[in-house]
Amino acid sequence: MKILVGYKRVVDYNVRIQVKPDGSGVVSEGVKLSPNPFDEIALEEALRLREQGVASEVVIVAIGAADLQAHLRNGLAMGANRAIHVSTSDAVQPLTAARVLLKLVEKERPGLVIVGKQAIDDDSNQTGQMLAALWDRPQATFASKVEIGADKARVTREVDAGLETLEVDLPAVITTDLRLNEPRFIKLPDIMKAKSKPIEVLELASLGVSSGDHLKTTHYAPPPKRGKGVMVKNVADLVAALKNKGLV
Amino acid sequence: MNKILIVAEHQDGKLNPATARCVSCALKIGGEIEVLVLAAAPDAIARAAAALDGVTRVRSAANPANAHALAAVLAPQVIAAAADFTHVLAPSTTFGKDLMPRVAALLGVAQVSDLMQVEDAHRFVRPIYAGNALITVQAPGDQIVVATVRTASWPEAKAGAAHAPIENLALDVALPAHTRFVALQSGKSDRPDLQSASRVVSGGRALGSAENFQIIYALADKLGAAVGASRAAVDAGYVPSDMQVGQTGKIIAPALYVAIGISGAIQHLTGIKDAGTIVAINKDAEAPIFEVADFGLVGDLFKLVPELQQALG
Repeated sequence: MKILVGYKRVVDYNVRIQVKPDGSGVVSEGVKLSPNPFDEIALEEALRLREQGVASEVVIVAIGAADLQAHLRNGLAMGANRAIHVSTSDAVQPLTAARVLLKLVEKERPGLVIVGKQAIDDDSNQTGQMLAALWDRPQATFASKVEIGADKARVTREVDAGLETLEVDLPAVITTDLRLNEPRFIKLPDIMKAKSKPIEVLELASLGVSSGDHLKTTHYAPPPKRGKGVMVKNVADLVAALKNKGLV
Repeated sequence: MNKILIVAEHQDGKLNPATARCVSCALKIGGEIEVLVLAAAPDAIARAAAALDGVTRVRSAANPANAHALAAVLAPQVIAAAADFTHVLAPSTTFGKDLMPRVAALLGVAQVSDLMQVEDAHRFVRPIYAGNALITVQAPGDQIVVATVRTASWPEAKAGAAHAPIENLALDVALPAHTRFVALQSGKSDRPDLQSASRVVSGGRALGSAENFQIIYALADKLGAAVGASRAAVDAGYVPSDMQVGQTGKIIAPALYVAIGISGAIQHLTGIKDAGTIVAINKDAEAPIFEVADFGLVGDLFKLVPELQQALG
């Protein structure tokens, strides 16, 4: 079985993003970029399934500008067999990403697609579900445990009420939650090995998908600040302050 | 005239309060507000939805296939029911996050995630980068708007004496059999629900163990509060994942939030920024949680928390 993994590049999770004073965007110059943490978990899960003999090949996909190659090399160094770079200079929204992934699914015919449940830049939490819809296949979102059987997957999901287990027929789309696994560290020899692994470049337009904006972002603003509060000296002062506000 | 359809979230035959928050958001958009109840036994849920102020009609579809909320099963029904609507909303809970992108993609439209503010019927504010930026997005005026509603941004619509009419729907759509519910492992407790509680006490990594977390439960019980946790505490196995508060967990807006032994990573802070009053107890005076706390107390939580519990009498 082949596994296709969505592998997006985002602003590193440690960066405290700043909104430009004119509200036209966020400051991106010189900001550290990293693989989306949820997509790293997706790749790790695919690699583990390959190591278990469940999968035979792991293919990573990223959509974006020409400089994504180094990012994809990172995923190849982690252990993916090969990479597909769908090239576009436009920002891509989830519906477009899902349409691109559908084209790749039709071409690659994977038994499983694993993507992060959300990218930590736009926090949309949509692409996996949208792909499953367009593909007319099952989705198992927010996965914290994945077991693959014959033509079926059993997936435990982190939902508000607790842990829900679903059984889905394959092929299917799984989106990863935080506790599915802990991604491996990349070792130096793996970085060397990754240099010879293939990256296929496809122009987004050549897939017959337009990157047209579905939602137009007209303004960026910083979030309202909470006023800095007061430090209390002891428990008695805290209780008095809370009583004063009618909270206890 | 806008026609807004809200997909009801429910569990164990009860309407989830998140649905009432969607009604408040729909009232801001303005127009006719209808609630769609997809359930195996929808009657009680539909009655609860019909009592919410602002709801003009409830559409209720009974089907054994709806016993569990499977996105692949619900999505075609939502689309069949949404034919003449301008907006379809669901709460930005795991229920809505799972379902609505599937609905949007089948309709060929984008989805607006985590709607915080309504500028007009097609212009909304939503958070990105863990809430570190708020963007105004314009949805196409000639398309149906599919959105999830950030529940912490909206109050619950009140239940009144007047009841909207309930219409039974027979949705004649083919439903897939490729997705099957197996089990739900739920940490049922008698404590208030984390997402709708007016008081929440949360613990972090500094608790050090599942056993030590008992002091959090004890304080919560004294306050009649729900219990939450930071990602670090969940990852360490002190508490189950459904207690995680933050960017990738639950986004909450209690009147009182007490953060104990939580340093306050931005991913956690984004989950609590709508809280009325934030109290932080931490041994590190430099912890970022004190930047947002209304009342901060520096010290050893193992000494201060029992003391606080005692002082609350």
